[in-house]
Amino acid sequence: MLDSVKHVILVLSGKGGVGKSTVSVQLALGLKNKGFKVGLLDIDLCGPSIPHLLNIENLDVHQCPEGWVPVYTDSSQSLAVMSIGFLLNNKNDAVIWRGPKKTAMIRQFINDVCWKDVDYLIIDTPPGTSDEHITVMECLKEVQCDGAVLVTTPQAVSIEDVRKEITFCKKTNIKIIGLIENMSGYTCPHCKECSNIFSSGGGKSLAEYASIPYLGELPIVPNKEDILGLDSMQSILTRLTTH
Amino acid sequence: MEPVPDHCPGTQSESAGKVSACQGCPNQSICSSGSTKAVDPGIEQVKSHLGNVKYKLLVLSGKGGVGKSTFTNLLGRVLAKANENCDIAILDLDICGPSMPRMMGLLNEQVHQSASGWSPVFLEENLSVMSIGFLLNSPDDAVIWRGPKKNTMIRQFLSEVDWGNDLDYLIIDTPPGTSDEHLSLVQYLKGLPQIGAVIVTTPQEVSLLDVRKEIDFCRKVNIPILGVVENMAIFICPKCAKPSEVFPKDSGGAEKMCKELDVPFLGSVPVDPLVTRHCDEGTSPIDSASPCVNAVQSIVQKIQEKCSTLS
Repeated sequence: MLDSVKHVILVLSGKGGVGKSTVSVQLALGLKNKGFKVGLLDIDLCGPSIPHLLNIENLDVHQCPEGWVPVYTDSSQSLAVMSIGFLLNNKNDAVIWRGPKKTAMIRQFINDVCWKDVDYLIIDTPPGTSDEHITVMECLKEVQCDGAVLVTTPQAVSIEDVRKEITFCKKTNIKIIGLIENMSGYTCPHCKECSNIFSSGGGKSLAEYASIPYLGELPIVPNKEDILGLDSMQSILTRLTTH
Repeated sequence: MEPVPDHCPGTQSESAGKVSACQGCPNQSICSSGSTKAVDPGIEQVKSHLGNVKYKLLVLSGKGGVGKSTFTNLLGRVLAKANENCDIAILDLDICGPSMPRMMGLLNEQVHQSASGWSPVFLEENLSVMSIGFLLNSPDDAVIWRGPKKNTMIRQFLSEVDWGNDLDYLIIDTPPGTSDEHLSLVQYLKGLPQIGAVIVTTPQEVSLLDVRKEIDFCRKVNIPILGVVENMAIFICPKCAKPSEVFPKDSGGAEKMCKELDVPFLGSVPVDPLVTRHCDEGTSPIDSASPCVNAVQSIVQKIQEKCSTLS
């Protein structure tokens, strides 16, 4: 199980829609650009976003004697992706499963995907602290997991759910690598005025309150490709590779 | 908990306990005895308990963080204010991430138990709220539960809350996804009349992708869709007053999706930092002059009209 994977990083947030998948994709692309071989595992079974965000929705997963072959984003094969999105016939189909079936699927994703030699495996999770999270945490007990990156928006409603996720990490002994404040500030395309649509500073004060490392903030940008070029994103990547 | 066998047919299935995957499963004898297929007595309980609730509105979205709870909050407050003679209740079914207590300004409230069940927390004379948040000791408490435990909680919320009078609207806020909470909710509400779903999304494809799945879910379980609300559509810059798309309609937005899937489009709601702040602080935004509140008011009007056509 994950024998050929050197580092495992979980991307978590109690809250939905804060940018877990976007952050996961950007971390994966950033690490790839730094010359690492990266795996990206999407365990959000009811709402997989990774295939869309990487624009590889139409690719398929193949079987090999060792297990499932993940989808590679390009011919360099330095970014491997696995998501339930690749297994659905129609993108409108709902995956209406209760916990045990989701658990079985996640176990398969962790046990049966042939990642080959991967430096970093990033695991993107759904919101909450339920079946998916308990399963992944149980599976990762047997392998070396670097820890979790938590994502929040600055709003109190999001911070509140992330506090619960911090408790989850503490209870299950998952190390917290740090917290990222996403959607921090939006620059008006007309007058360049920066507005804090979802307020600001919530992430930093939560990190101080919970005494966890604060990794930085990422603004709302119209073009997701621009995130990688941001200084704050580069400093987050450096923290990840040197922590 | 023991891991479920890889090809478990499911405890409700005809072949439960009888296929090769069941060999060696500790629950095989229970499954093959047929007792797992017995009808859940909770269904009858919910049916009789919610018999005096007129409209049951489910606020759904496949995607998280699109504003389900914010919309539920506004819907409840607007309905309660516009219809003083109607009784409205909000039930927060997001077990792992309840947002209702904060948004309604009821953070330190507790639920009381009486002979007639749990008493909800009243925000107005005609607006009451129930959430797992009222049952937690500290905001840091995480509810780390697998499905079955969440289902028990949902059954209790549906059958043991003493809403007081006959309710006109029970608005049920849900977590993202199409899993345990949704299946249990629908299973318990089955057989009750006048249920409708309001689906919330943001304009981006990454949200619409999940919302299409939720629409598929509603169709598969036969819940009528009242319509789709597009939240966080535009942002009006406080400095230059020009609108811009914070979350661009990269695939044509919610209206186009509604046409494609033949579901009603209820309207677009702009982002307003003022409303965000009200929600964080738990105060009522509905009396402030906000384009967001205006948009919600006209959507609530449409929802009321559509409710009267529900059978």
